[in-house]
Amino acid sequence: MPENINSEGYDIPPEMQQTVAITTLDKIYNWGRKYSAWPMMFGLACCAIEMICTAASRFDLSRFGMEIMRPSPRQADVMLVSGTVTKKMVPQIVRLYNQMPEPKYVVAMGACASGGGPFKGGYNVVSGVDKFLPVDVYIPGCPPTPQALLHGLMKLQEMIDKQSIKNVRWYKREPIEEIPIPILGPDLIDPRDLPQIRSNLHAEKNLGIKEN
Amino acid sequence: MATKSFSIDEVKENFQEINIEEDERKGYSGLIVETDKLVDFANILKNKMGFDYLSSVTGVDYLPDNMMEVVYHAYKSTGGKPMEFKVQVPREKPVVPSLVSVYPGAGFQEREAWDLLGIKFDGHPNLKRILMWEGFAGHPLRKDWHEAYYEEDAKPYKSRWPNGRDVHLAEDRNPYKKNVVYPKDFDPDKWNPEGEDALYLGMKSLQKDDDLKTEQIIVNLGPQHPSTHGVFRMVVNLEGETVKKLEPVMGYLHRNHEKIGERNTYLMNIPYTDRLDYLSSMSNNFGYVLAVEKLMGEKAKPTERAEYIRVIMAEFTRISNHLFAIGTFLNDLGAYFTPMLYALEERELIMDIFEATAGSRIMCNYFRFGGVARDLPPGVYEKMRDLVFDRLPRKIDELDKYLTNNELVRVRSEGIGVLTPEEAIAFSAAGPVLRASGVPYDVRRAEPYGIYNRFDFKVVARNHGDVYDRYLVRLEEIRQSILIIQQALDQMPDGPIINGKPQYQVRVPAGEAYGRVEGPKGELGFYIVSNGKPNPWRYHVRAPSFINLTALSKMCEGDKVADTIIILGSIDIVLGETDR
Ligand code: SF4
Repeated sequence: MPENINSEGYDIPPEMQQTVAITTLDKIYNWGRKYSAWPMMFGLACCAIEMICTAASRFDLSRFGMEIMRPSPRQADVMLVSGTVTKKMVPQIVRLYNQMPEPKYVVAMGACASGGGPFKGGYNVVSGVDKFLPVDVYIPGCPPTPQALLHGLMKLQEMIDKQSIKNVRWYKREPIEEIPIPILGPDLIDPRDLPQIRSNLHAEKNLGIKEN
Repeated sequence: MATKSFSIDEVKENFQEINIEEDERKGYSGLIVETDKLVDFANILKNKMGFDYLSSVTGVDYLPDNMMEVVYHAYKSTGGKPMEFKVQVPREKPVVPSLVSVYPGAGFQEREAWDLLGIKFDGHPNLKRILMWEGFAGHPLRKDWHEAYYEEDAKPYKSRWPNGRDVHLAEDRNPYKKNVVYPKDFDPDKWNPEGEDALYLGMKSLQKDDDLKTEQIIVNLGPQHPSTHGVFRMVVNLEGETVKKLEPVMGYLHRNHEKIGERNTYLMNIPYTDRLDYLSSMSNNFGYVLAVEKLMGEKAKPTERAEYIRVIMAEFTRISNHLFAIGTFLNDLGAYFTPMLYALEERELIMDIFEATAGSRIMCNYFRFGGVARDLPPGVYEKMRDLVFDRLPRKIDELDKYLTNNELVRVRSEGIGVLTPEEAIAFSAAGPVLRASGVPYDVRRAEPYGIYNRFDFKVVARNHGDVYDRYLVRLEEIRQSILIIQQALDQMPDGPIINGKPQYQVRVPAGEAYGRVEGPKGELGFYIVSNGKPNPWRYHVRAPSFINLTALSKMCEGDKVADTIIILGSIDIVLGETDR
């Protein structure tokens, strides 16, 4: 075992310390999860190259139990958003996120995924994946070096470690709402804004009538 | 300012019936052709004069003159200077005859010009948007079209630093969501996104050519698919397992490189070019500074030492790119990740050199007008020597030994995705794809730039034009690059690394320039129009990954669906460059 998962204050006889642990449910649950957080095999842009380098032998993601990248969202735990999120791509990204089973985490890797980065001003660029998805860890850099990515993933492990079965969202009684998939209209439309857009339209129409 | 390789009278002789004039604007060159006669002109150009390779097609919006211009650069596939020709049309009705019938390689580029500039190409078989989606409002590269975060026409934005301090963020000036303006009559409830349906419908209407009871099915690959090298998408019509038709769909990583580039100052664009083909940033830098240096003339002539460093860096980039390409190619073949690990191990050593010299592993931002940004730090020269004289040749031989004669590799890749030399030229394929088809065309030789004419190296070409040959070309090109670096390291002189003082704001005289280099993926060109201001008026990238894809359907038709993956892998695309 790489670390002590025993809860403090229990005396375990020395001969049994290798085989028995007295711990809390949360601890053992999180311990298992944090060393098997499988990322989704999903590269968006330049940052994905550094992600691949991180997975390769020099930096070796497998030290963290994360080397198994799953191409299918249904088998993945972590979405590493590695690159620029464009308007044309964001419906797919949201759909992929919705298809991931709970528990799931989102890591925004690099300046683009965190806030648009160098391309923020672009007409086809979403300024940060957090406009649509709940992000757990942001990793700065353009691109973040493999070391920075590893640091970010360790932060994610820390975060997983602090969660408790008592209040995690996937064990709550009420269903978890899916994130509505953005629509490619004349520009990108967030379905959550539709009421606003409609009322603007009506306001304008009414305005038109008055003018007549 | 492209040097003229022809006299206008000589050219005119070939075109009795067609009105052509020389472009006489200051700093411009090339011919202006009568719009209606463009197709005839191109036919004569191709068949009589031998300009069989259409390299680049792009549009320019001359808003002040109320005119749109389409600029073409054609070459002879045997080498030499370009023939540049243009047509000019009024802005209100920009219609130009399509050249797809003469040069099929214009297909995607014309679609791009339609998408981004709204220039209609009459007679184009499939004039749909290519980078943005169908239904998007407006043609974004037009000068009077403003993006949501628009502040001013050109950087640096005064609004962000009103008093030279007090920094404002883009969001402060232009809050997210409020900045998007939908067309006046846009009703979300009536919105019907047509693009997808039309795409699938177009794929369905195929005739069967036998009476076997196989079903035609349509398969969508991507944009999230482990083998498409990023966010690329293909829609395939299959009969059994055989590909009947394939339609590439792209734009999922369209980052508005050109629009942003036209707002930036010249210097600001260098780091952006890194992000085009993010596996070979140094080569991208090279092409861009070359184009701007052409405009700037003598005062931006690189120093001797800088020329050598540039070549060394560009060739290291080629090695690292080809290593990556070979690794991913084996991945696509199903040798999951192991060959990739071997390839990446060597690539990391090159990354170390880049990091030591430029400060970053993959986004180097290293070239400057008239030189490079930094000199080699102590120890790097020795490291390079060690790498190219000892380690890399050994390791490449090792890769060669493991892969080249591997039974599985050969069976899977020989005779797959064949492109004949004529097709390769017609589709404007470039780089290893072109050379594997038996056309020994390499910009480093055909129109040498920098100091490439000082080195002794072979242009690698092979004859089968299949996936296997593309792999072999890449492997051999690594060896040639090693040779070039060896020579360059031996000859490199001491001295300054930049011509004059490094400048924050460069002066670029008005005019146009087309700079091209042989990037690892093929001919990478930058077309730049300057109007004398600190920002380029037009900034266009001729992206080899994008144009090589024009031939993808052709290569895949008739092969099995599993092979489309390796055919795509053998083109070696990078989405940052494909979509820009
Ligand atoms: S943050 Fe930088 S490296 Fe990463 S995707 Fe964006 S531009 Fe590329």
